[in-house]
Amino acid sequence: MLPISYYIGLSAVLFSLGAMGVLIRRNAIVIFMSIELMLNAGNLAFVAFARYYGSVSGQIFVFFIMTVAAAEVAVGLALMVAIFHTKQSIDVDQMNSMKG
Amino acid sequence: MTTDLILFLVLATVAIASGVGMLFSRNAVYAALFLILNFGTVAVFYVLLSGPFIALAQVTVYAGAIMVLFLFVIMLLGAERTGRTPAVRWLRPLALGLGVVLMVEAAYIILTQIGAFPAGGAPAAAFGSPTQVGEVLFNRYLLPFEVTSVLLLVAMIGAIVLTKKQA
Repeated sequence: MLPISYYIGLSAVLFSLGAMGVLIRRNAIVIFMSIELMLNAGNLAFVAFARYYGSVSGQIFVFFIMTVAAAEVAVGLALMVAIFHTKQSIDVDQMNSMKG
Repeated sequence: MTTDLILFLVLATVAIASGVGMLFSRNAVYAALFLILNFGTVAVFYVLLSGPFIALAQVTVYAGAIMVLFLFVIMLLGAERTGRTPAVRWLRPLALGLGVVLMVEAAYIILTQIGAFPAGGAPAAAFGSPTQVGEVLFNRYLLPFEVTSVLLLVAMIGAIVLTKKQA
């Protein structure tokens, strides 16, 4: 068993990559995927600490986060489809008006 | 170098490389495939951290269901071509700089705290097994578990309403 600092470090790197993805990319779907990457980094930290403290509650939280992510993706991708139908684009720079 | 450390380093390299690949791939389909690779390696980390149930849930829910949904929508919309430069020219370097600052900050905190979490001993044999996870989930976390079902129902209705043709 490695010290969990290794896992926390990896989790921090993955989270930073996800944050960069949200800031750099203009494609709304790729931004969405970056958010998933950040959620996943959080999950990794949760599982590492669950292992460290010998408490299974951390893993239960990961389970709930996965559920929330699934719901988020279902609604989010439906939103993308709706936006694409009105704007013919999912570029976030184009989404600068509330209507039309 | 122990086997554990070598395994960790190889997997961490794959995870970070696939994350960077997702960040910089021009085609959204490639980005999704890189993300699936990333989720797969994270599932292996869950196995190493004695969470076999969570690892399987990761593969089926994340790498399976969620990413298939992503790929489906990317191909449905034909939105795979990207590569337009952002409208604001200084956005990309600024974002990269801020990301690096975040990473350095995290590295500093972790490196100064590295002694705070010594390597733990071996956990109980059943730790993280489906039986134990199920017992905790259906006793201590029963109410949150039931609330999740409402959340999923709301998400399902929301997705249907949003994609329905406007009457």
